[in-house]
Amino acid sequence: MNRFSQVMAGFTLLLAMSAAHAQLTIEITQGVDNPTPIAVVPFAWQGAGTAPEDIAGVVNSDLSRSGQFSPVDRRDMLGFPSVQKDIFYRDWRALNTEYILIGRVSIAGQMRIEYELYDVTRQTQVFSAVEEGSPNEARMLAHRVSDRVYEQLTGIPGAFATRLLYVSVTRNPAGKDYYRLTLADSDGARPIVLLESREPVMSPSWSPDGNQISYVSFETSRPAIYRQDLRTGAREQLTNFRGLNSSPTWSPDGNSMAMVLSKDGNPDVYIMNLATKRLTQITRHYAIDTEPTWMPDGQSLLFTSDRGGRPQIYRYNLKTGNTDRVTFDGSYNARARVAQDGRNVVLVTQRSGQFHIAILDLVTERTQVLTSTALDESPSIAPNGSMVLYATKYGDRGILAAVSVDGGVKFRLPARDGDVREPAWSPYMRR
Amino acid sequence: MKQFAVAGKVMTLLFTAAFLVACTSNDTKEQEAAAAEAAAAAAAAAEAQRAAAAEQAEGQMRLQEAAAAVGNVFYFEYDSSTLTAEAQRALDAHIALLQGTEKTVRLEGHTDERGTRDYNMALGERRANSVRDYMVVNGVASYRIETVSYGEEQPIAYGSGETNWVQNRRVELK
Repeated sequence: MNRFSQVMAGFTLLLAMSAAHAQLTIEITQGVDNPTPIAVVPFAWQGAGTAPEDIAGVVNSDLSRSGQFSPVDRRDMLGFPSVQKDIFYRDWRALNTEYILIGRVSIAGQMRIEYELYDVTRQTQVFSAVEEGSPNEARMLAHRVSDRVYEQLTGIPGAFATRLLYVSVTRNPAGKDYYRLTLADSDGARPIVLLESREPVMSPSWSPDGNQISYVSFETSRPAIYRQDLRTGAREQLTNFRGLNSSPTWSPDGNSMAMVLSKDGNPDVYIMNLATKRLTQITRHYAIDTEPTWMPDGQSLLFTSDRGGRPQIYRYNLKTGNTDRVTFDGSYNARARVAQDGRNVVLVTQRSGQFHIAILDLVTERTQVLTSTALDESPSIAPNGSMVLYATKYGDRGILAAVSVDGGVKFRLPARDGDVREPAWSPYMRR
Repeated sequence: MKQFAVAGKVMTLLFTAAFLVACTSNDTKEQEAAAAEAAAAAAAAAEAQRAAAAEQAEGQMRLQEAAAAVGNVFYFEYDSSTLTAEAQRALDAHIALLQGTEKTVRLEGHTDERGTRDYNMALGERRANSVRDYMVVNGVASYRIETVSYGEEQPIAYGSGETNWVQNRRVELK
């Protein structure tokens, strides 16, 4: 590569990184009936100039998006206390808020956020904590504040300090479309394009430690499975077989990857040992076997098969080699993903010709349909098991949407342009 | 095949002419006559070959026109990989064309947007395979055919509803 094309390649990459292609916004469409009122007071900036990031603003929109909270509008606040002695409870009671969150932000090399939550009725401190990290990660630190507040008040760990992968497509009527694999914060902020191609990019999935991803790319004019390290950017092509190379998903221990290959004539599930690249064939059936996913204990795989005539979810026990059918409710159940509790399974189900997201409780064997739009697919469950992110169609555009596992909270994440699909919610990020 | 047969005839005639020339080298008259006969025969054979080649080229062009007329996209019913009668007729034109050449083809399978993406990848492959199998049964060597599934990733029509979906459930021959 000569110097000029090197410079140009760098330039193109930079463009791709900076352009807010398919930047997601959030529209809350449904929350819980009685969300908890909370006042997130702007945090005091204890440095020179203006604060590099509105930490309280990020926390405010996180809590609001969860549907569990109704934050007090800043414009209604009578003051912005940042220490306990400046809180006048009477003022906050007048705003009917139950909790008040205050904090202070400083930077001395590292960014430091000190914050406290108070119960307005009891006039007591609920908890206080500190988050520290690189100023470049200010938004991620703010999401950690949200995680702590959410856990204190709901009993469930928050999943705001996590990230999303998704595929977006810009249609090009004059020729081939543009496919992009994008990494963003859980609120859609700070999108980074990891891969841009004129050929399809599909099936993004996370390693269990959140440091690596895998996906399918058609960049060689055939599908192949790749893995990419998010810290180093190093990329490795894992498969290049004749036929399908699809549906890569990492094992819970991170050592293996389940995938679908049709190299022997028919789509079957295989497991690749990532160190040796050795393949073990899991299913052997003339039907379509696809969309494998691991149970959190790593002892069995769920997959989609039409061996019974129509697609249904089956479970393969890696210890015994036994296969049993898991779904019976509805004529089409596919692409399962399992919550960390190993109990809730989200999947795509067909009802009256429409495709919805449903949740199956493996213990009670009850299925609840969570969505009502017609073309819902690719469900991905948050690491805390609370929300399901999925792809749907709004108008004739592909968008992402989310629904809580009880169906009570819903929001959409439309992109400014292009079609967005195949969201993959990260595991908890290792600190 | 026709081309080989004509070429064979030319070879035989040339060989006979040379043999005759060799055998009668003592008699100049006979030699001249034989040479003239051989030259005439060779010319006739060459003419026949040209005519056959022209006829074949014309035949190939007719097959090309027939294949172009039926198009290179074959459509399927919902969630089905069974070739329709119409798709079979269209494929027959392409098979006839392929039989006169050593060209390789690529079959790209596609689905509509309904159903999950990876299941549709498998369905697109099934469609491409059923086109491949039909071609193989009808005499196209399997090594000349490559199949790739794009699932629902590359629609022709972006909207929803059957009018759009029907255009997307297809195999493209390239």
